[in-house]
Amino acid sequence: MNNLKWPYPLEWDKEEVVSADILVLGGGIAGCMAAIAAARKGQKVVLIEKGATKRSGAGGSGCDHWESAATNPCSKVTPEELTNAMLEDNEGFNNGISHYIECREGYDRLLDIEKMGGKIRDTENQFQGAEFRDDESKLMFAYDYENKFTIRIWGSTFKPAMYNELRKLGVKIYDRVMITSLLTEEGKQGGSCIGATGINTRTGKFYIFRGKASIMCMSRPARIWLFSAALPGLCEFRPTQCIGDGHAMGWKAGAEFTMMEKSVRGEFSAAGRSYPPYGAGNNHNTWYPASLIDSTGKEIPYVSRDGKILKDVADRFKPSEDQKFFLKGGAIDNPKYSIEGPETLSFSEVLKQGYKLPFYADLSKLPEIERKVIWGMMIGEEGKTKIPVYKNYKEAGFDPERDVLQCYGTGWTSAEFLPQERQLFGLPGGFLNDWTLSTNLKGLYVAGDSLFSSNCFGHAATTGYYAGRHAAKFAEVNPLIGIDSNQVEKEKERVYAPIHNDPYSSIGWKELNMGISKTMQNYCGEVKCDELLKIGLTRLKEYAEKILSNTFAYNPHELVRLLEVFDILTVSQLIIHSSLARKTTSKPLCFYRNDSEEIQSGHKERFITLKQFDNKVTIKELPLDYFGDLKGNYEIYNEEYVRGIK
Amino acid sequence: MEDTRNFILSEMPAANPIIYNKDKCVGCNKCVDICQVDLLIPNPEKGKAPIVLYPGECWYCGCCVMECSIEGAITLRHPLINQVHWVAKDQLKK
Repeated sequence: MNNLKWPYPLEWDKEEVVSADILVLGGGIAGCMAAIAAARKGQKVVLIEKGATKRSGAGGSGCDHWESAATNPCSKVTPEELTNAMLEDNEGFNNGISHYIECREGYDRLLDIEKMGGKIRDTENQFQGAEFRDDESKLMFAYDYENKFTIRIWGSTFKPAMYNELRKLGVKIYDRVMITSLLTEEGKQGGSCIGATGINTRTGKFYIFRGKASIMCMSRPARIWLFSAALPGLCEFRPTQCIGDGHAMGWKAGAEFTMMEKSVRGEFSAAGRSYPPYGAGNNHNTWYPASLIDSTGKEIPYVSRDGKILKDVADRFKPSEDQKFFLKGGAIDNPKYSIEGPETLSFSEVLKQGYKLPFYADLSKLPEIERKVIWGMMIGEEGKTKIPVYKNYKEAGFDPERDVLQCYGTGWTSAEFLPQERQLFGLPGGFLNDWTLSTNLKGLYVAGDSLFSSNCFGHAATTGYYAGRHAAKFAEVNPLIGIDSNQVEKEKERVYAPIHNDPYSSIGWKELNMGISKTMQNYCGEVKCDELLKIGLTRLKEYAEKILSNTFAYNPHELVRLLEVFDILTVSQLIIHSSLARKTTSKPLCFYRNDSEEIQSGHKERFITLKQFDNKVTIKELPLDYFGDLKGNYEIYNEEYVRGIK
Repeated sequence: MEDTRNFILSEMPAANPIIYNKDKCVGCNKCVDICQVDLLIPNPEKGKAPIVLYPGECWYCGCCVMECSIEGAITLRHPLINQVHWVAKDQLKK
C-alpha cells in the first residue's frame, strides 16, 4: 500500500481483561460527565474512547452556546415551560425525560464545569455593558435577551478541563480503543449488560471489559446515506469516527430503539457538498442575528413571527409583544408559531421581491459589541471554528468590519442537498430510555447522542452526568456477573476475520460504505413505500451475509474503519425495519410514504419501538407522553439530588 | 524512467488538510496524540514532522493546531471545495 512500516506494535493475538464497577463507553461530552458523576459516587470507573479523550467527540474542539439553562439566576422561563415548548415544537416526538433533565440540571453542570476550569463568564469584562451580559454574574446570553436561558460559553476550554477532572478522580481512561460489542448475561439477546469488548485502534489488541453497569455514550449514526470515498471526513456533521457504533451494538444486544425511521434531508453540515460549518454566510445558530444582504448590498429585513418588519437590531433579540419567549439555537427548524423567533424574510419571498443572488452575511452594520461577540467569541469557541474559520479566515484577510461572507444553497443554508441525501439530524432516533436513563437491558444506561431525540452539548453533559449518577446507584447493589466465553470468542472471530482475507480480491471499507449509502439512497430515500424498503432490506442482508466475509484491512486503523462500516450496515437495517413498522406518513418525523395507510379518525400518534429477541424483530407502540408528569417524576427519581446531594 | 522509482504506491488524495512547516516542527507528536480521527502517524525519523497517513479522513476540527506549542508549525487547510468566498462590501455592484 505504501513503503512505510506500521509505527505501532501489532498485538492481534493479545488480550486484556479489565474489571470495574462502571464502564463508560465513549469519551465525548456525555461520557466524560458520566464518568465524573459515577466516580464522585465512589465507583471504580473505566472510560473507553476510540479517539483521544482530551479533545474527542463532536464537542471536543469547542461549543459557543449552552441551551436550556433554565435554572440560571437570570432565566425567566421554567424547566417545565422550556421542555413543553420543545415537545410541542415536535408534536410530541421528542425525549421529554432527557430534555427535562437538560433544562433542570444544565446550569448545575455549567457551574460544575467552571469549577473544573471551563470558562463560562466574561471575567475579563470584554463585553461589559452589553445588553446580553448580566454585569453582576458576568454571564452572557444569546438569542432571547429578555428571557436569558441560553448562555454563551467558551467551550474550547471545556473538554481539557473535564479530562483533568477525570484524572483527578482516578478514572481509568482507555484511549484509542473501539468498543465493538456489548456482552450480555449468558450471551443472550435481551439479557443484562455485563460488559463490552474492544479493540485497540493502533495495535489491534483485544479487550474484555467487565462492569456492574455500563453507560452508552457514543455518537448518533452517520454516513448512512452520505458517503464520499475521497473525503470521508467531510461526509457528516459529526467527527469521522462517530458513526453510531453504539446503536449497532445495542441493537444486536437486544436494546430497544425508537424514532429510527426519522431522517432529514441533509442540512447545515459539513457533508462534502456543503461549506465548513459556521464558515459560510448565514444567520442562524452561531451567526444569529447577522444581517443578510443581497448582491447589491440591499439588506434583507428581519420580521417578527407575524411578518412585521423589525427595524432595529435590538428587536432581533426580543420575543413578540404577545409571546413569552422564543427558541433559537440548534434543532429548531420550521418552528411552531408559539416559539417562533425573529427571522429574515423567507427565501421565496425575497426572490419574489427582487432581491438579487448571491446573498451575503454582513456583520459590518451590527453594533460593534454584537459583531465582536459573533466574530471572535462565538466564532472561535464553537466547535471547528477556532482554527479552520476564525484563525484561517483572519489570516487570509477577512475583516468583518469590511467584508461580507457569501451564503450558499437556498439562500443562507450552507448547501442544497438532494431529497435522498439524508442524515440523522434534528432530534434523530436512538435508544429508548426510562426516568433513570436506563435502557431495557438491565445494567445498560444511556446518555448524550445515543439517546433518541438528542441534540446539543448541554443535553450531552446533563444526561451524561445524570446517567452516571443512576448507574452508580445500580452498581452499588449489583454484583459483577461472569462473562460468557462463547460470546467473547465469537466476537473475536468476527472482528479479526478481515485481516486474514486477501487484499487482492476482497472489498475495503470505502467500497462497502459506498454500497450501503447508495442502497439507502435508492430504497430508503425521502419517499418511502413497503416495496422499496423490502428490496433495500434484502440488499443489506445480502451484504451482511455475503460481503462482510469478503472484506479486508491492512492494519488496525483500517480494521477499525471497516468495523465501523459493519456497524453502519447494522444501523441501516434497523432504519429500514423502523421505516417498515411505521405505516403512515408523519410530518414531525419527516417520514413520507406514498403507500401511507389512511389515518383513522381519533388516531393518536405514538412512538414505535423496536428490539430484537432471538434475532427476530419485536415491534411495540408507546404513547408520546410515556414519561408522565415531568416535574413530579423527576423529583421522585432524583430525591437526593433535589435535596442538594449532587 | 529513473523518476518512476520514486512513486509511492498509493492514490492521489483529494485533500491535503495538514501541512507541516518542516523548519518549525520539532516532531514532538502532540498532534498525533490529540487527533481523534488518528490520521497522523509519527515520523520514523525522530524529531521530524509526523506523516499525514489518511488525509481524506480529516474532520477539520483544528485540534492538532490548538495542541501544537509552536506557532506556525501546522497549517490546517480546507480543500478547495470547502473554501468560501467573501468580498469587501463596498465592492458590491449597486
